[in-house]
Amino acid sequence: MIPNLDLKNIKPYGDQTNDGVIQLSFTLPIPAGAKAREAARMLVESMGFSDIQIVLTEDIGEDFTFFVIYAKTNKYVDYTSIKTFEVEITKMGIEEINDKISKYLKRQVVIVGATIGSDAHTIGLDSILNMKGYHGDSGLERYKAFKVYNLGSQVPPLELVRKAREYKADVILVSQIVTQREIHIKQLTDLVDILDAEKLRDKVLLIVGGPRITHELAVELGYDAGFGAGTMPSDVAAYITDRILKRSS
Amino acid sequence: MHLDLDQNLVRKARELAKAVTDDVQKFINLRSTDSVERTVTRLYGIDGVDTDGIPLPNVVVHDVKSHDGLKRGITYWIANACVAKSMSPQEIAESVGRKEFSLVEIRPQKESIVAEKIDELTEESIRKLEKIKNERDSMLETLGNPNQPYIYVIVATGNIYEDVIQAKAAVSEGADIIAVIRSTAQSLLDFVPFGVTTEGYGGTYATQANFKIMREALDEMASKVGRYIRLTNYASGLCMPEISAMAALEGLDMLLNDSMYGILFRNINMMRTFVDQYTSRFICAFSHITINTGEDNYIKTSDPIDRAHTVTASQLINEQFALKAGMKPEYMGIGHAFEIDPDVENGLLYEIAHALLTRELFPNATPKYMPPTRYMTGNIFKGYAQNTLYNLVSIMTGQSIHLLGMLTEAIHTPLVQDRYLAISNAKYVFNNAKALGKDIEFKKDGFIQKEASRVLENAISLLEHVKEVGLMASIEESVFGDISRKMDEGKGADGVFVKDEDYYNPIFDKMETMVRGDGL
Repeated sequence: MIPNLDLKNIKPYGDQTNDGVIQLSFTLPIPAGAKAREAARMLVESMGFSDIQIVLTEDIGEDFTFFVIYAKTNKYVDYTSIKTFEVEITKMGIEEINDKISKYLKRQVVIVGATIGSDAHTIGLDSILNMKGYHGDSGLERYKAFKVYNLGSQVPPLELVRKAREYKADVILVSQIVTQREIHIKQLTDLVDILDAEKLRDKVLLIVGGPRITHELAVELGYDAGFGAGTMPSDVAAYITDRILKRSS
Repeated sequence: MHLDLDQNLVRKARELAKAVTDDVQKFINLRSTDSVERTVTRLYGIDGVDTDGIPLPNVVVHDVKSHDGLKRGITYWIANACVAKSMSPQEIAESVGRKEFSLVEIRPQKESIVAEKIDELTEESIRKLEKIKNERDSMLETLGNPNQPYIYVIVATGNIYEDVIQAKAAVSEGADIIAVIRSTAQSLLDFVPFGVTTEGYGGTYATQANFKIMREALDEMASKVGRYIRLTNYASGLCMPEISAMAALEGLDMLLNDSMYGILFRNINMMRTFVDQYTSRFICAFSHITINTGEDNYIKTSDPIDRAHTVTASQLINEQFALKAGMKPEYMGIGHAFEIDPDVENGLLYEIAHALLTRELFPNATPKYMPPTRYMTGNIFKGYAQNTLYNLVSIMTGQSIHLLGMLTEAIHTPLVQDRYLAISNAKYVFNNAKALGKDIEFKKDGFIQKEASRVLENAISLLEHVKEVGLMASIEESVFGDISRKMDEGKGADGVFVKDEDYYNPIFDKMETMVRGDGL
């Protein structure tokens, strides 16, 4: 960190400490011209910006105008007072996980994964589960300690619960990528409700992942953990191992 | 520039793909589906919903099927009822919807009069489709075809009226093709929703009313900008042939239509998909609708380099199925995609080899090239750079239909400025590197030549295997997209049936004859 930084008053760094520079881009549904520029300037000013430089005003057709703007914010945050809510993970290697599970659990951990409801995107799920993993970080199928059932996309929550029972799952892993008008929340809540009704909720470790998922949201919805963007398969593997061993002991 | 492909191998690959599809076609010819029969009712003018909101094509087909009459085809039953009741097919359908009578309970009318009625209805329907096709063709001729690669963008607001606003903006920025993304999971509905819709998730419901609204908007823009604007929708899923018929009736130009996509990626029954794709494709052939195949999907789930040959093999299979449906190559948008991990050394060279292979294997087709999605991360600036390379490969290798990458891919459905930025990027690269492909020679035995040959050779080995075990068994073995589907499983299996000896479907017989005469 920059020496002598005032952590109680953190502002964006553009070119110099505390200059507060932010780049913005947006479109206004009005024809390009001096009036549109002024509208954009006023809008940005109203958000607490100064030194507003409109570097691009572009007519993008049908009376839409696109802006790129640099401006300085007068806002700041107190970094010292921030508390975050994240999944706690102690990193472990593949061998370490395999050893621990075989020593203490003496069987494989059964993991059932799916994208639920209308979500057809399996990229996130596959990155975590498939052998290949993501960016050199192996997926859960690669771990001897895990028995993985990847049910794929658009699995109805009821079907997922049935499979979880059939396979005697220790862990249910749900991925939700696409969302519009918060539909993913309803689907995730449905799953919890069904698990509750089936008296399975306490028997499984319930995990949700996706680019717009936070741990805080996941816990609020009744999940044990939520993993957001940037999560690696090894993060999920370490979390599962830690929690399963704590539960079994 | 060109690849030194061994033309004997190219011929061999085609022959193998032909043999593979010949076997499947024998199964197809014996069967029909609920969706195929519903398509017939639509072409005879049946539309709308009953008081429970069920589409009348479903109502009529269900009525006949539940009385075990569907195996002779829906046509006879409709015509017989029209004669008996002196009503139009639409009036008949409305009456069935009100449960006034069942089609199979109507006394059989004099055969020659029913036959006459069938001829009359068929003639009328064919004339209507021909008129629409001719209007499209003449508008295309008057306004002129844009330069290739055609700039193809997507609108996906969920509300057809917002879609229109965004589509118009995209056209004025330079888009040549507008695709209206469908609402999530529509492909799994065994009916086509009815009427104008303003609520959809991840896209807007494909309905005939929505098709009409967008078609009118794009025609208006086309006259304004002085170039023909194509409209695209999706004919995959459980209603492939019905969507094709609706597209034909509303003058759409393109449909996403793959012979295996539904099986692999939507878990739709194999036989259902094979039968449905055949009908949907001769409708496309008849109405000059370009199909877009979906090979991009394979390399979203499996490795784009190791499994590149599965794309090639599937392209050849899609081509053969399209030829069987009487399609001319110029209406085949053979699919492929730029999906290699950007961290791969020489990834660009692999991409060029693969894209050029597609171009050269299908010299008379209009290849549909698709942008990076798998490694788009939320770093919009890097994503924009990836899309720039993608645009470069497309212009260099002479692709025809170019789906623009969005810098916000994997974040949200495109904002109006995302589409603008994508179009400016494509126009910049296409103009700046216009003649690059014509000026380049690739080194003999160099990286690109070798890679293209490797993919072709692997595709041949794969097709040899598929020919040996059969296409359906290979799908069970998860040959494509690393996904396995069983022959008798999947959605919509109960909607497939074997035609009786007295099965009669004159409108499709006539269309098939016409496309064959016109096509090959």
